Amino acid sequence: MIKLTTPLSEAQIRALKVGDEVLLSGNVILSRDTGHKFMVEKKPDWLRPILENAVIYHCGPVVAKNPDGTWRFVASGPTTSIREEPYQAEVLETYTVRGVIGKGGMGPKTSAGLQKVGACYFHTTGGAGALLAERVKRVIDVKMLEEFGSPEAFWIIEVEDFPLVVTMDSHGGSLHDEVLKASQERAKALTA
Amino acid sequence: MTSCSVPTLTPIEAVEAQSVLPADWQADFQNLAAVDLQPAVLELIRRTSSRLPQDVIEALAAGRATETKDSRGANALDTMLENVVLADSHGAPLCQDTGTVIFWVRHPFGLSQRRAKAQIRQAVAEATKRSWLRPNCVSALAAKNPGNNLDPFGESHPVIHFEEWEHPTVEIQIMLKGGGCENVGAQYRLPDVALGAGRDLKGVRKCIIDAVVKAQGQGCSPGILGVAIGGDRVVGYERSKELLLRKLTDTNPNAELAAFESALLADLNTLGIGPMGYGGATTVLGLFVEELWRHPASFYVSISYMCWSSRRMTLTLDAQGGIAFQ
Repeated sequence: MIKLTTPLSEAQIRALKVGDEVLLSGNVILSRDTGHKFMVEKKPDWLRPILENAVIYHCGPVVAKNPDGTWRFVASGPTTSIREEPYQAEVLETYTVRGVIGKGGMGPKTSAGLQKVGACYFHTTGGAGALLAERVKRVIDVKMLEEFGSPEAFWIIEVEDFPLVVTMDSHGGSLHDEVLKASQERAKALTA
Repeated sequence: MTSCSVPTLTPIEAVEAQSVLPADWQADFQNLAAVDLQPAVLELIRRTSSRLPQDVIEALAAGRATETKDSRGANALDTMLENVVLADSHGAPLCQDTGTVIFWVRHPFGLSQRRAKAQIRQAVAEATKRSWLRPNCVSALAAKNPGNNLDPFGESHPVIHFEEWEHPTVEIQIMLKGGGCENVGAQYRLPDVALGAGRDLKGVRKCIIDAVVKAQGQGCSPGILGVAIGGDRVVGYERSKELLLRKLTDTNPNAELAAFESALLADLNTLGIGPMGYGGATTVLGLFVEELWRHPASFYVSISYMCWSSRRMTLTLDAQGGIAFQ
């Protein structure tokens, strides 16, 4: 098990390989469909210091407001990453992001971006919303809440020991590619 | 191979102790037109969001037992089962995607569907306020989120199917259908040249295998499949989704389809996609197939995919005042 804390350096990311298990601590920025389209089309500068050497998490959480006005994550597992395939590589490059957390894996365009920038795709268990919310230490800030609504906003959170598996590395490796190809072969045999 | 025991949820008494229903609440069947379903539906949502059905938990544990020790597939199933216990004990949503909220309401003559719809919508808005549901209803183009899970036109969310029936009971079934698994559903039109699929069960089998391979882990496998053969495009999809309300332990009353289901289920679990697409032997937990009637020119195979977090429940209100959540 590899322990990592944000901000991450390119060297730390280049050392990771498909299959490595990681416990991530530090700051993570939530963004999904609306956020990725926005980042590519608008490229806002205010996101630069937030995203540099940081990690993006594909997640739309269930949040609750505490009596003192602060926020609390109730459930926060990953959403399907492939929907960000048109945008992810450009986001990585524009903001020098070091990692993306999600589920289901991503495609060749993102893989090329990971290799170019020096970033990893980290997989976490889909549906484990209650368990992953326990690893969120606090909500630091939220941006674009009014404009995007709660599931799509940029939530900035601090996590502790967030359990991840590297399924796409910065060297072109992809577990998703391997499983896809093997299952396609098997399907061919089953339907022959 | 490793063994895995079935995790135990909190006793049902503990769940009932947290109920939002007043202790003396009951539906007045003498005056059906005036019944207020809101509190019972709110309680139905609370339980469904945080407590996974027992048959699904047992299927996950059975899958866990077939995975190689310390494999990613085994670890993912362990995480899922741990999450199931945690969500139940905290009364927290199992998954942050509390889905499209879908209801099937069956009722005797005399209940007002217009009033029932308003009450169900009130319950959904209240459950959202209490963080049991995520606000999952946005306008299609501008992605505007009203924050209460209600589409302002009362047409598309929550989804409510009504049917009057001959029984003296009201039955409300709920499904929380996640967006990730909804996205990997598929509809095929046979014959399909690319798949080499004709208008027979062999062709249907090819469609199902194709859909599962295309889904990989993106629908949060191990998944559950509802498959409707026939119908038009709307009826086929509608029925395929409703099939997901069945228990994994239910047997298809059609013997030919029952045999088809169990043989294909075994085949699908040799695809090697595994939990979350990590690789492994647990790709699909269950498969329900139903034959419908169709137009002679059309032969649709409609497939709905449910994630492993298959949140469904049935509320029954009987004329004697009994309330059951199953």
